[in-house]
Amino acid sequence: MANGSKQIVDFAKIKATMADPYKHPVQVIDREGKVVDPDTLAKYSDDQLVDFMKKMVWERTLHEQTMNFSRQGRLGFYAPTAGEEASEMGSVSAFKEQDFLLPAYRDLPQMIQHGTTVAKGFLWSKGHVEGNQHENPNMLFPQIIIGAQYVETAGVALGIKKNKDEDRVAFAYTGDGGTSQGDWYEGVNFASAYQAPAVFFVQNNGWAISVPRRKQTAAETLAQKAVAMGVPSVQVDGMDIIAVHEVAEAAREYAAAGNGPVVIETLTYRFGAHSSAGDDPSRYRTKEEEKPWFDADPLIRFRKVLSDKGLWSQADEDKLVDQYKDEFKEAMKEAEAAPAQKVSDFLKWTYNVPTPAVKKQIAEFEAKESK
Amino acid sequence: MAKMTYIKAITSGLDQVLGDDPKTLIFGEDVGKNGGVFRTTVDLQDKYGEDRVFDTPLAESGILGLAIGLSLTGWRPIPEIQFMGFTFEAMDGIVGQLARDHYRFGGQKNFPVTVRTPFGGGTHTAEMHADNLENYFTSTPGLRVVTPSNPYDAKGLVISAVESDDPVLFMENLKLYRSMKDEVPDEKYTVPLDSAKVVREGTDITIVAYSAEVNEALTAADTLAKDNISAEVIDLRSLSPIDTDTIFASVDKTHKVVIVQEAQRMAGVGAVVASDIAEEKIMSLDAPIGRVAAPDSVYPFAQAENDWIPNSDDIEAKAREIFNY
Repeated sequence: MANGSKQIVDFAKIKATMADPYKHPVQVIDREGKVVDPDTLAKYSDDQLVDFMKKMVWERTLHEQTMNFSRQGRLGFYAPTAGEEASEMGSVSAFKEQDFLLPAYRDLPQMIQHGTTVAKGFLWSKGHVEGNQHENPNMLFPQIIIGAQYVETAGVALGIKKNKDEDRVAFAYTGDGGTSQGDWYEGVNFASAYQAPAVFFVQNNGWAISVPRRKQTAAETLAQKAVAMGVPSVQVDGMDIIAVHEVAEAAREYAAAGNGPVVIETLTYRFGAHSSAGDDPSRYRTKEEEKPWFDADPLIRFRKVLSDKGLWSQADEDKLVDQYKDEFKEAMKEAEAAPAQKVSDFLKWTYNVPTPAVKKQIAEFEAKESK
Repeated sequence: MAKMTYIKAITSGLDQVLGDDPKTLIFGEDVGKNGGVFRTTVDLQDKYGEDRVFDTPLAESGILGLAIGLSLTGWRPIPEIQFMGFTFEAMDGIVGQLARDHYRFGGQKNFPVTVRTPFGGGTHTAEMHADNLENYFTSTPGLRVVTPSNPYDAKGLVISAVESDDPVLFMENLKLYRSMKDEVPDEKYTVPLDSAKVVREGTDITIVAYSAEVNEALTAADTLAKDNISAEVIDLRSLSPIDTDTIFASVDKTHKVVIVQEAQRMAGVGAVVASDIAEEKIMSLDAPIGRVAAPDSVYPFAQAENDWIPNSDDIEAKAREIFNY
């Protein structure tokens, strides 16, 4: 290329404009609690609005109660969810019982909403097999290896398509860090290649344990990653439950109609630690960074909208919180009463047809266990 | 009954299971129109349609994700990983997920996946195409690993693998694909997933081998017979679990044993067999356990692979050493 001559392609311009379609996250209620999209809000009845608020209070109370249980040593690995109530409750409430949920470890609240019990959630955290056995069979256990749930979602969605199931989709969750995994791309791309009915959520809460979102990728948004796979995507204000719900419902409808998958990035924030197992956010983030996000608390925002409408009061909320706390304490009692697990059962579940060595080990452990 | 190559026998088995069970699905890279890079799935897409036999994007972890997700929605997946070296890209799918999923559900859900994959040296492939990687998988609880050494077993084993509700890794030996022919029944039959086979009876020494090394062991046994050394040859067929009953019965008869594998010595199916024999049958042995294996280098550059892969001469020499101990 001769000096000074015009290049055939302007990479700088491409880079500067590639995120343009993603510059305006979908929003219905702004961070001050002002309704910026009244037409959309008007689609919801008062009862529906109150129900959304109840779900967020439920999740916040669940968070607080689980942190108490963790401090008391009554839970195992548990990923705090405070701050992500709008993202989690707004999204899961857009799906139907027959939809197949593939969660990650911060998604116990969605699993419970989708058809399992709080006690099962606690059992999962405590390390008990019953925590993987749910009343609604349309869900997997929380995925621990980040990304695996994405490739499996493509498989479930393809299975749904091949079964010709009507009005049914697969939906999955991961976080901002999850979008760096190879499996993330493989999952979205496979679902796209087969035009399978999948809705992929990226709950961008700013932090993958201690690594900030900006260090995961130079891409301006995570939603735009879907473009490369030929998948429509959107960024939504993840602290605005109505916006999240609207987007999730539209995505579900689009995917269920046979149009292929959708990717949704919710902009949210993890108020607490990565997990209950010793993570300390003060090691890697500042109070200055946290403050605006704490101010954007999805409960504060929605409380204001409902209070303005005369649909919500602090007294209502206090009563609910007490009720939920009692329920969670009962659930913990139920979880703690689960039968002790046996190594002989672990061996029995390892294969459908136990191998000779496993058979022998089953007998050995059964003999020990019967003593 | 027709004479069939090893690869045709596998195709015939796959044809059978696709015809028998409408929930079976074959998928992988190039398995559709092209019938696989080795033509193992040739004509199956034409016969059963693109819904049942289909190509995937080029991503092995994605292929395993499909298999697990399809299992969760009632299908019986038969994914192909084009070469065993590429299973590294699907390690989480096979080992981290598939093998554990039945257990995770407390036995309530089945994952009846058969992962087919070609492996084995001696055909001068590019790097990462020929390695014997079975040891990574035989140390995985929840996963069965089988590999046939002949066309008859190839068809019967692939049918058993697909019909099994446990996940199975079905290893197909590249060198055997077209190098041997056998009488193979046209109709359906099965070969059990967890049983070794005495492929040659003998009284003086037991040679345990699997896959292509079974043929090397049989050649060695022929040579040994000329010197009146009667070798019994056992084909493991199943690498996980290992059929110790068949091995122990033979050791009780011959009191001497040589274990053969194409994989590096440090990589251990042979080590597991040796340890099982040592644990249960050491008093029956009249000599140390002999092992024949590839040396512990990285898989060799193709030009020299035949200097590296254990052959019938190596087996014969080790058998003489143990016999004369």
